[in-house]
Amino acid sequence: MNAAVALLQAKFPDEIVEVTEFRGDTTVTLKPERLVDICRLLKDDPETSFHYLSMIAGMDYSPQSPRFGVVYNLYSHKNHDRLTLKVFLTDDRTPVVDSVTSVWSTATWHEREAYDLLGIRFKGHPDLRRILMPPDWVGHPLRKDYPLKGK
Amino acid sequence: MGIEERLGYNILTTTLEKLVDWGRKSSLWPATFGLACCAIEMICTAANRWDIARFGMEAFRASPRQADLMIVAGTVCKKMMPAIERIYEQMPEPKWVIAMGACATSGGIFDSYSVVQGIDLYLPVDVYIPGCPPRPEGLLYGILKLHEKILKDPFLTRQYQERLKARQEAA
Repeated sequence: MNAAVALLQAKFPDEIVEVTEFRGDTTVTLKPERLVDICRLLKDDPETSFHYLSMIAGMDYSPQSPRFGVVYNLYSHKNHDRLTLKVFLTDDRTPVVDSVTSVWSTATWHEREAYDLLGIRFKGHPDLRRILMPPDWVGHPLRKDYPLKGK
Repeated sequence: MGIEERLGYNILTTTLEKLVDWGRKSSLWPATFGLACCAIEMICTAANRWDIARFGMEAFRASPRQADLMIVAGTVCKKMMPAIERIYEQMPEPKWVIAMGACATSGGIFDSYSVVQGIDLYLPVDVYIPGCPPRPEGLLYGILKLHEKILKDPFLTRQYQERLKARQEAA
């Protein structure tokens, strides 16, 4: 089994919802509450040492509920290992998740993108404002209920 | 110009108009300004195989203040539009606009929330060039059409008539 999954199952057994593996890539679905602690553990533990956050992707699973999810793609240069973390956000109207900027500072722009296009708010982000759309834009255009041609 | 103010609209000023039009047409200076893949074709047009210099417009000006032709080459995002309008306003009169390619003309395949559906919603376009992207021959053809348009531009006549009308209204 993956070393990261073993570590998480030892330290945060209650937080893991599901572990899936597809063609050698491991995805861990987590509860969102202790996400920052888990990320810090995965980064700081010498076994896993996921020092690099490749990407954060916000997702809209409408009309499913929970509707919004956030996916974190981690990479470890030391082990040449990848790990995907996935959280589903409980609130469908105002999705909020803790910011991981305190763990990886690269997360600032990724989280701003997810906020800009999907309206997911990141609690503890130092400067959460739009990054791609004009600053005076109304709405979040990558939401499934946003009209394709704009409002 | 001023000269037609004293001489009136007669054979001398119409000949002058033709001369000035010819001069403007023969030394169009485009602004260096590309937005997407169309810009690559525009660069290609300026390079040696097609050689835009044959038409007196080899000088792509890096400053809009020195340019009199704006070739809008590429997809225009709504976030980009204020910058383009500002560049257009910085260009001195007389100035012309070419909408190059499907995106600048109509939004092209990007029928989307973020893309301007044709720059003619914001700018006065003189020539539309179809294609995705247009080949350099297409751009050159569009430029030659613009030359024809400039040659026929009755700017002195129009200015004279406008001033005459203003004087008449004032009197």
